[in-house]
Amino acid sequence: MNTLGNSFIAAYELIARADPTLLAIIGLSLRVSLSALFIATLVGAPAGALVAIADFRGRRAVIVVLNGLMGLPPVVVGLLVYLLLSRAGPLGELGLLFTPGAMVIAQAILITPIVAALTRQVVEDAWTEYRELLTSLRATLWQAVVTLLWDTRYSLLTAVLAGFGRAMAEVGAVIIVGGNIAGVTRVMTTTIALETSKGDLPLALALGLILILLVMLLNAAAFATREWSAARHG
Amino acid sequence: MNLRTSGRKALPRFLAVLCCVAAFSAHPEDKYIVVASTTSTEQSGLFGHLLPAFERETGIKVRVVALGTGQALDVARRGDADVVFVHDEAAELKFLAEGWGVKRYPVMYNDFVLVGPKADPASIAGGKDIVDALRKIDAAKAPFVSRGDNSGTYAAELRYWKLAGVDLARDKGPWYRDTGSGMGPALNTAAAMNAYILSDRGTWLNFKNRADLVILVQDDPRLFNQYGVMLVNPAKHPQVKKEFGQQFVDWVISPEGQQVIANYKINGEQLFFPNATR
Amino acid sequence: MDEKNTARAAAGTLLRVDDLCYESGSQRLLDHASFSLGAGLRTVVLGANGAGKSVLLRLLHGLLQPTSGRVSWAEAQGRALRQAMVFQRPVLLRRSAMANVIFALKLGRVAASACETRALTALSHAGLMHIARRSARVLSGGEQQRLALARAWALEPDVLLLDEPTANLDPTATREVEDTIMRIHAGGARIVMTTHNLGQARRLADDIVFVHQGRVTEHTPASTFFAGPKSAEAVAFMQGEIP
Repeated sequence: MNTLGNSFIAAYELIARADPTLLAIIGLSLRVSLSALFIATLVGAPAGALVAIADFRGRRAVIVVLNGLMGLPPVVVGLLVYLLLSRAGPLGELGLLFTPGAMVIAQAILITPIVAALTRQVVEDAWTEYRELLTSLRATLWQAVVTLLWDTRYSLLTAVLAGFGRAMAEVGAVIIVGGNIAGVTRVMTTTIALETSKGDLPLALALGLILILLVMLLNAAAFATREWSAARHG
Repeated sequence: MNLRTSGRKALPRFLAVLCCVAAFSAHPEDKYIVVASTTSTEQSGLFGHLLPAFERETGIKVRVVALGTGQALDVARRGDADVVFVHDEAAELKFLAEGWGVKRYPVMYNDFVLVGPKADPASIAGGKDIVDALRKIDAAKAPFVSRGDNSGTYAAELRYWKLAGVDLARDKGPWYRDTGSGMGPALNTAAAMNAYILSDRGTWLNFKNRADLVILVQDDPRLFNQYGVMLVNPAKHPQVKKEFGQQFVDWVISPEGQQVIANYKINGEQLFFPNATR
Repeated sequence: MDEKNTARAAAGTLLRVDDLCYESGSQRLLDHASFSLGAGLRTVVLGANGAGKSVLLRLLHGLLQPTSGRVSWAEAQGRALRQAMVFQRPVLLRRSAMANVIFALKLGRVAASACETRALTALSHAGLMHIARRSARVLSGGEQQRLALARAWALEPDVLLLDEPTANLDPTATREVEDTIMRIHAGGARIVMTTHNLGQARRLADDIVFVHQGRVTEHTPASTFFAGPKSAEAVAFMQGEIP
């Protein structure tokens, strides 16, 4: 397929000449998705661990809902956040619509359930091993949460990477709340959508290849860090 | 282990972080306005040519949110934009009548073209009559792709069908593809399906995935497509940047701005024809 | 852990168990167990696999709540007895051996300044100083179990409960663990340990609580028990078991 071949070449050329627009777009993609990931982990990991360990009424319903929220449609999240942040909406005063901040919020909402649900699974599995010891040592609920989160950190990395991948890949939410404004809220995925709609398929595909490469590189880095740490700490 | 407190999902913490995020996105001291416009002005490349001139002149950055005309006007109704720049006079006048805009200024016009497969199953090539062409397409039940969204182009398309005396509700069939999408994606669909489609000239000239499509019908005066610009009414939305927005409106209809519009060409061909009246 | 079962038992009595029952689902795992333990001794809870020894130990420690009956621990100097437990499989965190001990001390609300000293002391008593900085999870089975013991020891418990601590270890490691247990006992902790291993019971026990299918069939001093157990079930067990 000629388009595919052209795209590989175009991708290589874009990277080789370090096209400044491309670099800015990549930079924004990373800033938005990593910020969203930070929030999602800060909120989602302890929440997931809490659900895993604590006993409360409706716990099973919460687990089902949490798992279901992993499949939140990005475009629906985008729409909801748009309605929230619009001037006509409840949080309009913040003036966040059509800014990177809105994109961070939308992506954070999207990936927090992923981080939380996967953390819950990992911590719940670990809890079966650690429960008696921590109870014997009279750990409080919070101490147990912190201990388990730290001890399962390598498995949690997978949860975090899943969230990151989802954030970098989605376009439905950021295009609605960001507006795909050139130089301000244009990220990799929205640029790909734009170039596709302009009919420039080779360029769109080239950008797609670069995006995939970027995410792969980050995953490889995370994996290498994990291997090195595991070798040291077991 | 028992959960003594009720905080399950740390919602309060999340809202606190929201405020930090607001700080992250705050652009200190940046002068800018948000202009809600259509995909045709963005994707034809006009704004890429026009806006830097305005920014150089005034130091005001223009953030363009490119949507269909209908969506752009809705965004403005919600107060999320400072200026609208669209091309559907009827919808714009309604917007004005409802009190959302201050005043409408005509800015420029371009034209629509009817694009279709080289093979031309409805035999309309070379024609200068859009209404007649549509009648033939309807008669031949040739594949036709429609925007089907709230855009100026779609509104124009519906006007032409009406002039042609075609009752779409009755005649609609598998030949008429309502895609509900922007100009670019609709063109992609038409290219893939080898179908007829009404497009603005600017987007078409900039469009790279033409496949077998060519311009078949053009230069009908009815294909003339007027653009208007309006400042969003600060009386309804106090946070609208009325000074900067008014500067933009004034500049675009000024002889200077109009000249910049006239200078925009693709392959030596002028796309937009300024026609502002003060 | 629930403190509601702690009560002032009769003088000299460390622990009193009254009519203790535990059911899980439809199964009765412990059936009307009653006995009491005095201070200062090493008690071995002996019985076959699945007899209910582990359930009994967990009920004593508070990891399980009884279906009916009571567990009453004595108090010492006006405060509840400090208990520590060592499990059959040592559960260690992904950190150094030393950090594992300090972790337990911190949870035990020991002052930060004292933690390191107490940890090092416990590790040296357990003969683990040479691996103090090594990651706990890469240690051998025997070293891990001794680390678990050191961790329990560092807490300076009044009572040390152990659930089949050498079941997964080879003879050398078993010996080392038993030596450590003896030293902890010599340091003043009361020992309550479960095992199905007759030889181990012979080596360590001052008195035997024999459990068979959820019932405590006898509680006798070790010398008497090994000379001739009172209950038929214990006799059968002694005959069938590999020493």
